[in-house]
Amino acid sequence: MRNTAYRSLWGNLIITIILILVAIFMALPLVYSIMNAFKPLDELFLFPPRFFVRRPTLKNFTDLFYLMGTSFVPFSRYIFNSIFVSFLGTLGHVLIASMAAYPLAKNKFPGSNFLFNLVIFSLMFSGYVTNIPRFIIMAKLRLLDSYFALILPYIGATLGLFLMKQFMEQIPDSYIESARIDGANEFKIWWYVVMPNVKPAWLTLILFAFRDIWNDSYSPSLYIHNEALKPFSLALSYIQQGGFVRAGASAAAAVLMLLPSIIIFIITQSNVMETMKSAGIKG
Amino acid sequence: MLKNLWREIKKNKESYLLILPYFILFFIFIVMPVIMGIFLSFTNYNIIQSPRFIGWSNFKRLFLEDDIFLIAIQNTFKFALITGPISYFACLFFAWLINELNPKVRAIATLFYYAPALSSAVFFIWTYIFSGDIYGLLNGILMSLGIIKEPIYWLQDPKINLYVLMIIQLWMSLGTSFLAFIAGFQTIDRSLYEAGAIDGIRNRWQELWYITLPSMKPQLIFGAILQVTASFAVSDISATLIGFPSPLYSAHTIVLHMWDYGSIRYEMGYASAIAVILFIITVTINQGVRKILKPD
Repeated sequence: MRNTAYRSLWGNLIITIILILVAIFMALPLVYSIMNAFKPLDELFLFPPRFFVRRPTLKNFTDLFYLMGTSFVPFSRYIFNSIFVSFLGTLGHVLIASMAAYPLAKNKFPGSNFLFNLVIFSLMFSGYVTNIPRFIIMAKLRLLDSYFALILPYIGATLGLFLMKQFMEQIPDSYIESARIDGANEFKIWWYVVMPNVKPAWLTLILFAFRDIWNDSYSPSLYIHNEALKPFSLALSYIQQGGFVRAGASAAAAVLMLLPSIIIFIITQSNVMETMKSAGIKG
Repeated sequence: MLKNLWREIKKNKESYLLILPYFILFFIFIVMPVIMGIFLSFTNYNIIQSPRFIGWSNFKRLFLEDDIFLIAIQNTFKFALITGPISYFACLFFAWLINELNPKVRAIATLFYYAPALSSAVFFIWTYIFSGDIYGLLNGILMSLGIIKEPIYWLQDPKINLYVLMIIQLWMSLGTSFLAFIAGFQTIDRSLYEAGAIDGIRNRWQELWYITLPSMKPQLIFGAILQVTASFAVSDISATLIGFPSPLYSAHTIVLHMWDYGSIRYEMGYASAIAVILFIITVTINQGVRKILKPD
């Protein structure tokens, strides 16, 4: 329990009011999206505009399915692509990044510091910097118009490796030493000793990787031109560009996009907070 | 010497095997693109013909001839210098306040504050809030209250649209650093606070300044790097909410300029030069931030 000896009552009151006001500011646009998603067309264009929905309808959702179904591929294909890519990308990232994080966290070997510093360095510039050459590399490797173009870069994402390595450093060395004495090789130690002890970290990586892949419409717009391979996020960005005629469908789509990330965050929240405790850069 | 090194490498060969798959991808998709980008920035390259070396021409053209690039730089700096620090301190401030709540309320508050950063699909709703006609939510409210008579073109008016974008950016900016700060507050050794109370710390502000912040410097550095990187990369919200190109390039940014030359005009060398400049700007600022916040 906190020592609350020097917390003034007025201070607490003011803080509560600020927190509530800002929470409203944060939540209103989200609530407004949800409201719009259920508004019939005439309620979307009212003057004065109304925040709340009067006669909720599912028409926007059926419109959305219809709109997306008018291209060559059925609506379900976009959803399948998104789920497939997000699932494999997330799984690959969690496994491969944590496999690399373990030796970096626990074994000192020639180059280990250098490689980890390189990873920290890469947090210092935005992914946009690498876009053009990455496109050329994808073209040379013949990865354009394939699921790999959407999955592979995310497996090598840096934030996940960084968080995982920082978290693994807390595992007591004695766990690893005793496994080593029992004759386990490094791979077995990683899988049987380290991974069960860093559950909060891989749940966090699941959240971040899923959120990034699921929402990304930018890299598919660069790498994917085959309609049958496009994810939901990209199809949705076309609908959103469709202007006011599609206002309702856009709102419905935005709600569908947001929902999975919110659910995963609610499930993983306490683990995410646990992981972020070790997310510091020392100097 | 070399023999020792070789022995060390052999001893750790399992470690190298474990890191191999990750670092292959890391080199292909991050390290190599950076090196290639620097190389391409000195060339003329349109993807079809092979790159031709042209020295510093791209950079000269950027700074001496390309007025729109100078607008992009100006806008990006204006945007980053305002939203970067504000969002950073907002992350810190709200994390600090939220941390004082009891755990259940804290979990709910965290969800509320973090939710806008969870999905890039949902900022789109601001088009309807800031819509320039009378059906826009904000215009509608202001007009029916009689505060304004004519609708305001929030997103199209070149004088204000950059500032409107800043509000939206701030709304989305309580992201990963915010979570790191909340967690950071929870790691601080409680006994430090008790010791502080004995040493004469009287209120929560003093406690924050003298005890809390110095003990969470690693998180502060991590958060600062993420905020700087994100605020200089602004582009999505401008292109989606205002459109590309924005009226009079009023919301044009470095990343959008790069995208214009890279993805529309296929002038890859020139676009790479823009990327290199963005790279130099963010890395320099981040290294500076790291120096300033460095733990003693």
